[in-house]
Amino acid sequence: MVRTTPFHDRLSALNETGLWVHWSGHLSALKYQPSEKFEYFAIRNTAAIFDTSPLYKYRIRGRDAEWFLAGVLARDIRACRPGRAQYTIWCDERGFVVEDGVVLRFSEDEFLLSAAEPNLAYFRRLAGAAAVEIDDVSSEMASLAFQGPKSREILATLVPEVAELGFFHHTPAKIGGSPVTISRTGYTGDLGYELWMDAGDALAVWDALWEAGRGRGVVPFGNAALLMARIEAGLLLINVDFHSSRFAFNDHERSTPVELGLGWMFRDVDKSDRRFIGRDAIRRELAAGAPRWKMMGLLVDWQDYAHRYEEGGLIPPKDSTPTAWEMMLYGEGGERVGYATSFMYSPMLQRHIALARLQPDVAAPGSRVNLEVTINHRYELVGADVARLPLFSPARKTA
Amino acid sequence: MTTVASARRYDAIVIGGGHNGLVNGAYLAKAGLRVLIIERRHLVGGAAITEELLPGFHFTTFSYALSLLRPDIVHELELPKHGFMPIEMPTTFAPMENGDHLLLGTDRNLNIHEIARHSPHDADAYDQYHHDMSRVCQALKPLLDRVPPNLFGTEPDDLAEMAELARHLRGIDRKVMHDAVRLLTGSAADFLDDYFESDILKGLLSSSSIIGTKVGPRSAGSGLVLLYHNIGEYDGSFGTWAFHKGGNGGFTQVLARAATAFGAEIVLDAPVANVITRNGRATGVALADGTELEANVVVSSLDPRRTFTQLVDPRELPSDLVENITRYRFQGTSAKVNFALSGLPRYPALGERTDQYRGFTNIGPSMDYLERAYDEAKYGWFSSRPYIDACIQSTVDPDMAPPGQHVMSCFVQYAPYHLKGNDWETQRQPFGDNVQATIDSFFPGFHDLVLHREVVTPLDIERVVGLSEGNIFAGEFFAPQMYFFRPAPGWNQYRTPIAGYYQCGSGTHPGGCVTGGPGQLASRQILKDLSAPSRPGSAG
Repeated sequence: MVRTTPFHDRLSALNETGLWVHWSGHLSALKYQPSEKFEYFAIRNTAAIFDTSPLYKYRIRGRDAEWFLAGVLARDIRACRPGRAQYTIWCDERGFVVEDGVVLRFSEDEFLLSAAEPNLAYFRRLAGAAAVEIDDVSSEMASLAFQGPKSREILATLVPEVAELGFFHHTPAKIGGSPVTISRTGYTGDLGYELWMDAGDALAVWDALWEAGRGRGVVPFGNAALLMARIEAGLLLINVDFHSSRFAFNDHERSTPVELGLGWMFRDVDKSDRRFIGRDAIRRELAAGAPRWKMMGLLVDWQDYAHRYEEGGLIPPKDSTPTAWEMMLYGEGGERVGYATSFMYSPMLQRHIALARLQPDVAAPGSRVNLEVTINHRYELVGADVARLPLFSPARKTA
Repeated sequence: MTTVASARRYDAIVIGGGHNGLVNGAYLAKAGLRVLIIERRHLVGGAAITEELLPGFHFTTFSYALSLLRPDIVHELELPKHGFMPIEMPTTFAPMENGDHLLLGTDRNLNIHEIARHSPHDADAYDQYHHDMSRVCQALKPLLDRVPPNLFGTEPDDLAEMAELARHLRGIDRKVMHDAVRLLTGSAADFLDDYFESDILKGLLSSSSIIGTKVGPRSAGSGLVLLYHNIGEYDGSFGTWAFHKGGNGGFTQVLARAATAFGAEIVLDAPVANVITRNGRATGVALADGTELEANVVVSSLDPRRTFTQLVDPRELPSDLVENITRYRFQGTSAKVNFALSGLPRYPALGERTDQYRGFTNIGPSMDYLERAYDEAKYGWFSSRPYIDACIQSTVDPDMAPPGQHVMSCFVQYAPYHLKGNDWETQRQPFGDNVQATIDSFFPGFHDLVLHREVVTPLDIERVVGLSEGNIFAGEFFAPQMYFFRPAPGWNQYRTPIAGYYQCGSGTHPGGCVTGGPGQLASRQILKDLSAPSRPGSAG
């Protein structure tokens, strides 16, 4: 039986479309009204709310909690002080990425880790005799993302200290009389926040936030708009842009942090004596400087794209729904040089864009590759320029 | 942007900082020219401006939505870098006189059921109409994005361009070509009657056939206006519209930033007195304050009447051109009434629902309604039951008004520039009252929401923006004034008989609306002429 989130009573009343997807066994709106683009523009122009409750959430506590996470997570959690949050990954001993998630650190010995997939057994197995408790609090907690250029202004009417909250910082607060944690995090690449609360407080918090946004153009947004925003923001999605090494059948299905463009997490790895799973492999890969792939952005040549379709007698489609399949990339000589994992038309950039894995020799920003599309049931190539990620990154995101 | 030019001499001076002037200046600057764009008023944008007339309320005084902007311009001028943000308008709402309504959105299947409520026959006819119209748009769109050939030219280039046009036309499917000709020459009513039976759908669709033009849906010529508006596109979909962040004034600010980034200089509050010519060649411009600025190229983005009879001495021009420009039809027939509202109106049949206002609200419930509105204009008066294209833009971009409050732009037809036996100063408020009463008749209690009302008459459009007779397209959309003939036979390639003097306003191909096409194509012609010194900016 599919589950509903603690916000469902409010959300189902707002969902005019009846379209829900199943996300981790929960109903999660695809979109609330017929146009996902309208919701998308609320993220980019106003503020919009997304129910993230189906995320898996683990509370990690105890005297050895920091020591435990420092060894399990690939990014150094010791740099994440209480009141801060960190985007992180965990790897296997061969340096392949298992998964990614966000950690909030509440104190020296208490953390909250959120992730897209279940990881309890994985973490517990690694705890050994350490003084650490790992609890799955997924059902006990509800969470909301409140994202967009007006999110700070609106949230500050409820919690004034939000006005000063830095990027990847978090703070305890009260909304609607209920205790919440507000983190300046999100999955849209825009200015935004996430609110974490007890499931029992969810509706009170929702009502207060909804009231604060009244008359301000705040709308709930669904998965369709979220996926558009996250591609523009260059934020990776498991099972789309990469797969967990735990469940891979071969190394083609695995990715290293460097291949995913996450090498920046290990800038100081040589200076540190921290032992963590995958350390040696990651150091070797960094030293060799020859990853199999580089994760980069693609900006499709708008003229080339239009011409190919027009030559085929078609109106060039500009669909903002991300494709759910890999699209091949070729070099000038027709050789395979990589593949795009997420492709869409970006309303903000007014271009087709993609997240792509490229061979390092064609991965420099400005390099030209050819993207394979299907026109009139035939493969055709359209030019695309390699670009740094994120493709869309407004100053307000971190300001 | 300043009020004083930083130099005396430029490669190119563009007269008028409307959207076409900005586009033209940006392209010329991008090509490396030293460019000055001169604007008469205190802000750029021309008819595409947004003004805060009441604290917190931002009015799109004139032009109010975006669709026909040529997509190439967005990329070539790198507009996304400068804040380009066309927000989707996901609904179209058409109230009816009997209290019913038609509400269309982005979901095709929901639209089918909504149309079927009025006529099951029209439900799939709507799909067929869209498909047929899209095919015509697809076939004709390339003509919008190219400098039109000179039908009367004898140079090898002219012949080659005519041959290219013939090749393109010959490639068009027989039915598509026939539909195109029916639209270009006939009435919207004839075309729509072939598909539909319901008044409300025909009223809604034929509303696009009268915008800015002194025709009714049953007049020959309305088909062309209908087609033109459908060639507009939003993210690849023909006939759909967007609302730019901050209104069309927000859009022209983006253009100004792009132009400046490419190195163009913009001066404000600098009315131009005339173009300076010497021996049949433009050499610069004289400002009203007596300042003289020199340039090799002078570009007028003003309408053809101002370009040919006011900025230069018509005696310097061939008499047939002057004659054509003199009879060039403006006869503005549109007005705006803009409101600040304390809240959203309610439509009785929809109760407390307000999401129907996220796009256009089209008060034009039948072709009869529109045609009757036109009847009065034929005899020199404004419509007692006008056509109103209303748009509560703050529902799409909340920054347009204070929280919970709204701005509503109403485009109104018909409002003939010449009122028979009367004048617009006398009729301004009666006209505004009549528009408000019409809205009230569909949305009871509307008047209680009105915090502020701004009435923009055709005379205001002429005086403030400078568009002759208040014609929003800088000259009517009318077959003898399009393509080969815009603005005059033989002068459709942005050149003028005065060497170095060019035109880039909406009075040139492809025409009015916020297309940017005239500014872009004129820049191509100018740059082509500059790279071919044997033909320095003059043709005929």
